[in-house]
Amino acid sequence: MITDILSYEFLQNAFLSGLIIGVIAPLLGLFIVVRRLSLIADALSHVALAGIAGSLYLSQQVLFFAALNPVYLGIASAVGGSLLIEKLRGAYRHYEELAIPVILSAGIGLGAIFISLSKGFGSDLIGYLFGSVSAVSRQDLLVVIVIAIIVIVYIRFLYKELFVLSFDAEYAKVSGINPRYIQMVFMIITALVIGASMRIVGILLVSSLMTIPVAAAIQLAKSFKGAMIYSIVFGELAVIIGLITAYHLDIAPGGTIVITSILILLVVLGWKKVQGGRNVRAAKGELV
Amino acid sequence: MSTNIIQLDDVSFSYEQSIALDHISLQVGDGEFWALIGPNGSGKSTLINIILGLLRPSSGSVKLFGADIDSFRHRERIGYVSQKSNSFNSGFPATVLEVVRSGLARKVGLFKSFSKKDEHRTVEALRIVGMADFAKRNMGELSGGQQQRVFIARALAGEPDLLIMDEPTVGIDQQNVASFYSMLNKLNREHGIAILLVTHEIDLVTDLATHVACLNRTIHFHGRQSEYKKMEDDDISRWYGHPVRRVHQHKDEVER
Repeated sequence: MITDILSYEFLQNAFLSGLIIGVIAPLLGLFIVVRRLSLIADALSHVALAGIAGSLYLSQQVLFFAALNPVYLGIASAVGGSLLIEKLRGAYRHYEELAIPVILSAGIGLGAIFISLSKGFGSDLIGYLFGSVSAVSRQDLLVVIVIAIIVIVYIRFLYKELFVLSFDAEYAKVSGINPRYIQMVFMIITALVIGASMRIVGILLVSSLMTIPVAAAIQLAKSFKGAMIYSIVFGELAVIIGLITAYHLDIAPGGTIVITSILILLVVLGWKKVQGGRNVRAAKGELV
Repeated sequence: MSTNIIQLDDVSFSYEQSIALDHISLQVGDGEFWALIGPNGSGKSTLINIILGLLRPSSGSVKLFGADIDSFRHRERIGYVSQKSNSFNSGFPATVLEVVRSGLARKVGLFKSFSKKDEHRTVEALRIVGMADFAKRNMGELSGGQQQRVFIARALAGEPDLLIMDEPTVGIDQQNVASFYSMLNKLNREHGIAILLVTHEIDLVTDLATHVACLNRTIHFHGRQSEYKKMEDDDISRWYGHPVRRVHQHKDEVER
């Protein structure tokens, strides 16, 4: 396996991209989960589908698009979708969550139209939907690196504000932290991470890499920093095991990565249950 | 002459058709401990939200530390403890230390990280509220009263000159309420922090406060605690709209 990685460029691209998104997806995912925005990631990934399908369709029609990496239009549409969600949330103040199904359906609707209009990009599309080990190009890897730098700089420099906003939005306002701009950038960053991850995990499964490792992490962590570390460790584990399995079985890595992270979650939940039982027995023992 | 920490001049506020606050004028000076009392729906929380800048008054002016609220930039000078702190998401993965330190976010400033000095401030704030031993504990593991102390520590971490609290004892059991108030008293007397406390516990708090304001859409009384105590219960009942009997007055009557 290691010799394969050293000798094939496509494998290097896939593994490096995987290792990077294994960090940034759960890292941003932690903020998404504690802010109860998990479904927004789902909605945005479906908007990315519209962009990818649109780009693939246009590449058959217009020469310019044939040379353009579909990832760019996918990212652009996810970013556009993130801004639309923010606008819609503002319009429906008492039903903020309505924005999510609206944008999600719009994404799938547009995607369906482009997929039906075009002929014969089935295998390409499957790669985008469920991820691919072989299709990650050097250019894709570069996009992932640039996005990772943006995400890490954003979280590094706005960590305090993001924490306050996640923990207590009203307090953030009172203490003079302007949530509007931070939130706007947050949505754009989320769209970027979805764009970065879709080559490896696939559009349909990208939000799971942002949420499932976090779901396992918050079961174990006492502190926010701890939750961050656990999320990244679980994310990396899922990506590494998932990619290796996918390569050996020659199947889509999205599936293996997500199923691995589900298994990690189950192990963590099982462990918690055993621990809980032990504590109850210990407490009973003390009483006796 | 020192400027008032809070100065409200002729402030009114309406929710669509109904008037919530009607021509309110109030001044809170340096180091004063104000109890803002009034029945449910009297506009206490609305007034607090206006002072905090969460709501804009329909008319009138609000000044904080001598500056108009729109141009007031030193939010770190105000510590805020809400009534709703009790209902935060208890599954949130955060330690007591992380929560208290977050109170320094504004003071530290955008793009900067917490320094060693900030860590000291955090620990000191926890010590003041008697929660230093709980620093590494998860917030969800604490009782309601302990959580509320942590939220006060968060408000204190930025070393504010003014502490605004909206019914902070809601959800705290009666035993802890007294020790909570004695802690506020200490903060006011020893640390010189001005306090504006919204409460319905008129007996407990009016003994601690230096000043009292009675609100029911308009300010019916504002002044020193000693003057408030001289008021007849009947007067207060009239403002409240229902009978109010203050405990200390009962005691006087019994002694007589």
